[in-house]
Amino acid sequence: MININDKCIKDKILSVAPDAAFDEAAIFTVTVPAEQYHRLAHCLRYDADMRFDYLLCMTGMDWGDALGVVNLLESTTHDQSLFLKTAVTDRENPEIPSVADIWETAILNEREVFDYFGIRFTGHPDMRRIFLRNDWVGYPLRKDYNADEALNPVRLANEELIDTTTVYEAVAGGKTEAHTRTVFEEGEYVVNIGPQHPATHGVLHFRVSLEGETVKKVDVNCGYIHRGIEKMCESLTYPQALGYTDRLDYLGAHQNRHALCMCIEEALGLEIPDRVKVIRTIMDELQRLSSHLLFWSCLCMDLGALTAFFYGFRDREKVLNMMEETTGGRLIQSYNVIGGVMNDIHPDLIKRIKEFIKYLPPMLKEYRDVFTGNVIAQQRMKDIGVLAKEMAVAFGVTGPSGRASGWACDVRKRKPYAAYDKVQFKEAVRTEGDSFARYLVRIEEIEQSLYILEQLADNIPAGDYAVKTKPVIKLPEGRFFKSVEASRGEFGVYIESRGDKNPYRIKFRSPCLPLVDVVDTLARGGKIADLIAIGGTLDYVVPDIDR
Amino acid sequence: MDVKIKSMKYDDFKDNEALEQLRAAGTNIIMGSLDKLIDWGRSNSLWPLTFATSCCGIEYMAVGAARYDFSRFGFEVTRASPRQADFIMVAGTIVHKMAPVLKRLYDQMAEPKYVIAMGACAISGGPFKDSYHVVKGVDTIIPVDVYMPGCPPRPEALLYALMQLQRKVKVEKFFGGVNRKEKRTK
Ligand code: SF4
Repeated sequence: MININDKCIKDKILSVAPDAAFDEAAIFTVTVPAEQYHRLAHCLRYDADMRFDYLLCMTGMDWGDALGVVNLLESTTHDQSLFLKTAVTDRENPEIPSVADIWETAILNEREVFDYFGIRFTGHPDMRRIFLRNDWVGYPLRKDYNADEALNPVRLANEELIDTTTVYEAVAGGKTEAHTRTVFEEGEYVVNIGPQHPATHGVLHFRVSLEGETVKKVDVNCGYIHRGIEKMCESLTYPQALGYTDRLDYLGAHQNRHALCMCIEEALGLEIPDRVKVIRTIMDELQRLSSHLLFWSCLCMDLGALTAFFYGFRDREKVLNMMEETTGGRLIQSYNVIGGVMNDIHPDLIKRIKEFIKYLPPMLKEYRDVFTGNVIAQQRMKDIGVLAKEMAVAFGVTGPSGRASGWACDVRKRKPYAAYDKVQFKEAVRTEGDSFARYLVRIEEIEQSLYILEQLADNIPAGDYAVKTKPVIKLPEGRFFKSVEASRGEFGVYIESRGDKNPYRIKFRSPCLPLVDVVDTLARGGKIADLIAIGGTLDYVVPDIDR
Repeated sequence: MDVKIKSMKYDDFKDNEALEQLRAAGTNIIMGSLDKLIDWGRSNSLWPLTFATSCCGIEYMAVGAARYDFSRFGFEVTRASPRQADFIMVAGTIVHKMAPVLKRLYDQMAEPKYVIAMGACAISGGPFKDSYHVVKGVDTIIPVDVYMPGCPPRPEALLYALMQLQRKVKVEKFFGGVNRKEKRTK
């Protein structure tokens, strides 16, 4: 492992970007002017000593005097992370070179930044809005956004879907040229799937270009559940902001909240009692169980096995019961608070967990009997939607879907938090990368979650369930990032604080955005019916994509 | 561990009696009986549109599954096409981009049609009331018959709301006079 603070790395960075500035905070930050940004990004990605191949989180920023992006990069080979920051001062026509040719995941992320801040990325193949309507006035995450309802009333006219997009090309002399590029040609046969369609698992809109039954191209249209959580959080205090994390990916409610709590606690330097860590781990795993059981039920239903849906929900209710007894909520639990958890665990929780550990394995066998071994199910999933490992990293596809492609990306192993360093479990990794592998990884994770629970059930240390915090929580100035392994992948929270009681900017790194991003790659050349199996096994949750 | 739960006293819980009074006025005996027969059939086979945008939708699915099982009341035939559905359960937040879609789905449904607003979001925007992109209540777009508070509402609340809709359907008159005006969008 190399150390990023090494002199030679800095020299290397300075040789490609002479104006780079360094900030050696908790996570190393490099700031470059926009002109040198692309060159440096390229070097960071391909230089043998650095190899930052995983763009974890791209955050658009409005610093008042400048607009820009902050990228959190990680290297899967060297286990390093670094912030790469760039900014421009022009508010009328902000332009930053695109890094979409370096990291595939930047394609959607830069569209998001464009949508929120109006920053145009030169060289980006597709500069359309992604969440908001095309006729939306203004850029909502800018600090000077005009939130007047009269500008953006609820429009009841159908949105015109446009088949073209604009590409901004940087030409000599510091100028930019705009070209029009067609997304769908005139004669193409385009079918809409969604926004209201049972197989998209929520309100997602795919525009699929077909050649007979074969998929030629998929264009994702998000934003049908874009709730503007990040902007709202900017005017809330930290404890208030907690409530919204539960509602992002509601099947990973507890884990999301865990991430935000940990991010704030680390920034404050709060020491968390061991009891809290173990309780949080137990709850995280229960949540994972409930989510994977729901995944199984819904996938089976999508593929036509309706009875299986009832089996899965039957067992999921048992998990919900346990969570409800302790937290009071079935789906949205609001259990984590800054410094601990809301209340102590229910006295019966341990007993119930033990019962459940005995109960579920025979049921899993039943799942295997009714579905996994089924010929039709196997044929619909095997060799369908194969995702190679390099693509998984480039798109930032984490979680069970990334692990099915052979990328050992489990945050619980890579950056252990809570009590995960004290328990043993096997990271479910497969190499096939197809839909069936994604399915099997999740089934194996159910077993591993049970194993983790088994180890923790009798080992909950005594102590407080929360530490006292100040009545008004103010984070010190700086940038903070913390991620957890949510049910669907790496969920991260990026906070930029100016020392106030509310965050200056908060960004949630959604595990599901990369998942819809790869749908196009996976579905191309396949049959339209395979799109359902691909979507089902990727298992995205739409409000988490749109935030 | 004793946890104090603040809740309403059962005696204070008053059901809204007004609906049945609509019936009390009396109708023609033959037409009235025919009405009753039709209402009985319709109220026990209300088919929802499969429509869920976010968190509340998961609870809605849970009610469809074995433990709560809304098929006991005839709600299980969820339709993917609005043309075959009797009511929309708006389960989840409705945002600006979704608003025209919801309106269109509603317009595509055949009369008589009903709307249930499930959860705080559908009622008023709920926790996202201050957002720039959230519709502050679906009743600003389509008329709502039953409001179901909660975030998310418990499955029991959902069943209760469905039964309130049944009550509404049961007092409808198809032959003997009109007590349900053609709905208008606000
Ligand atoms: S009311 Fe609550 S649970 Fe329901 S959709 Fe809104 S935020 Fe989610």
